[in-house]
Amino acid sequence: MEGELSGVLNRRCVEAAVMTGLALNCHINKKSLFDRKHYFYSDLPAGYQITQQRLPIAANGHLTYSVYMGKKRSQMTTKTVRIKQIQLEQDSGKSLHDDLRSQTLIDLNRAGVGLLEVVLEPDLCCGEEAAIAVRELQMILQALGTSQANMAEGQLRVDANVSVHHPGEPLGVRTEVKNLNSLRFLAKAIDYEIQRQITELENGGEILNETRSFDYKLGCTVSMRDKEGKQDYRFMPEPNLPPLVLYDATSLPADADSQQVVNIDQLRDMLPELPSATRERLVQQYGILPEHSFTLLNEVGLLEFFQSVIKETRAEPKRVINWVLNTLLYYLKQQNLAVSESPVTPAALAELLDLLDSKAISSSAAKQVFEELWKGEGKTAAQIVTEQQLELMQDREALEQLCQAAIDGHPQVVMDVKNRNPKAINKLIGLVRRTSLSRADPTLIKEILERKLSL
Amino acid sequence: MWARALRVRFPVPLDRGRGFASKAGPQGKVQEVRQGTHSPRLASQGAGRVPAAKIEHLERLALVNFGSREAVARLEKAIAFADQLHALDTDGVEPLESLLEDRCVYLRSDNVAEGNCTEELLRNSHHVVEEYFVPLPGNVSLPDMVNKTPSPTAE
Repeated sequence: MEGELSGVLNRRCVEAAVMTGLALNCHINKKSLFDRKHYFYSDLPAGYQITQQRLPIAANGHLTYSVYMGKKRSQMTTKTVRIKQIQLEQDSGKSLHDDLRSQTLIDLNRAGVGLLEVVLEPDLCCGEEAAIAVRELQMILQALGTSQANMAEGQLRVDANVSVHHPGEPLGVRTEVKNLNSLRFLAKAIDYEIQRQITELENGGEILNETRSFDYKLGCTVSMRDKEGKQDYRFMPEPNLPPLVLYDATSLPADADSQQVVNIDQLRDMLPELPSATRERLVQQYGILPEHSFTLLNEVGLLEFFQSVIKETRAEPKRVINWVLNTLLYYLKQQNLAVSESPVTPAALAELLDLLDSKAISSSAAKQVFEELWKGEGKTAAQIVTEQQLELMQDREALEQLCQAAIDGHPQVVMDVKNRNPKAINKLIGLVRRTSLSRADPTLIKEILERKLSL
Repeated sequence: MWARALRVRFPVPLDRGRGFASKAGPQGKVQEVRQGTHSPRLASQGAGRVPAAKIEHLERLALVNFGSREAVARLEKAIAFADQLHALDTDGVEPLESLLEDRCVYLRSDNVAEGNCTEELLRNSHHVVEEYFVPLPGNVSLPDMVNKTPSPTAE
């Protein structure tokens, strides 16, 4: 009789919760309890949701993230948002609204499946900060293998609680904003709601403690408030679930059944490299800047692309990162493409960088080749170079002749150079580049010109 | 030791004559409740009447219909009966929240053991559209309330 009353919990959910708690620097509660949260909605067949309201599995942690400030976004500041708690709970079913037939459709496949709710303290100040913090959380969950955290697919769901107050005063009344299924909309909705609240208060109105939904098309939040007023969830201890007990190296019982025992210390040892550590490692390993490292991780698939190129090219990491961030990523963003959709493969870029590295082509020629590769017509970098005759002139003598011709043909510019006009030499270099059809290394041109003009 | 004994025996109904609230029950006289304990009081006013607004609130929360004055009176008597719990000094005694408190929840391995019974499950409902259940329109349908559009939980 006793055993039959008792519910059962998926071990993997517990491990995932502990690892997430550890990654977010939380205190793990060795004993946590389950509660029932009652409300009626068609996607909740039992009429209650099992959650951990009184004593959750983890609490009092923090999440650190980096914000890029300044006009060029080059100044990096580290910020922290405190984690109030992490709790295990049940998911409800999924409801779809069939507006055509004015009915709700319910899919119960995910009802009862384990969820992890991460509750943050109100330390975030705006939409952008929230998006960055959630992105970091997303990357941590992905690194841990706890969740694929894809917002569009509902694997990571975010509700934003927003309030405004004058500095020094207590927090204002908050509204809860739901229906946010991308980081972009998360930021937009929060910023809209902040502004709405400020405007409302400045006009002498008041903020209601209500739930609002983000309307994508209108770009604003809309009240979902029920005329019933505040919900009373009638929390009560879950009678069918005993406390969840976790152990560590010191409290591990001697005769423990390994299936029944979750060892916090063992899980801590198994934690994979987290994004912050990965970023550090990349900076050390490749000699790149922290901002570069940040972007490599932030763009899905970019780190893998970068590492593939590194593997296949002789070029230095600094040069590779420059091309990956300033050229490849730029092109991708222009056409709103994901890294996985890039017409230029890592192998193609690696080949291009090898040509550049061996000084077979100039950097401006390389840009042209990239432009051509981007068309995705299947040509290799080498083929494009040959077709468009972009090879650097290997004939030193021919180059010397072109330089001489430029000198002879532009006495005024030569005069300016001799008069120490700093811009004049560049003009002369430009002239030679034109006559050489960009097939000469500008550094070499400068060297030859300077020698000829006895500078 | 006395406190522990108290905890173990508490689930026993009070009208069996054990503990201190003897001969009390919904039918008999109710022992006066001692004020001053730190436990939360149940909602009641004056001579134990539950306000109409609270009755309506309870009806909505629990989807029950008190219907008659007798039913509300019965509720008030039940509350008064339960209020006798306050006669007990529970200072220093941790509340018993679960009969399972000395045990740990059983952890099962992450293996799929059942499922693939879509048809059987869908047969439970009168109204099904393309493998979705179709609930009644409106969130909660009570006789004296107008149907409203489904609303997820407000705070």
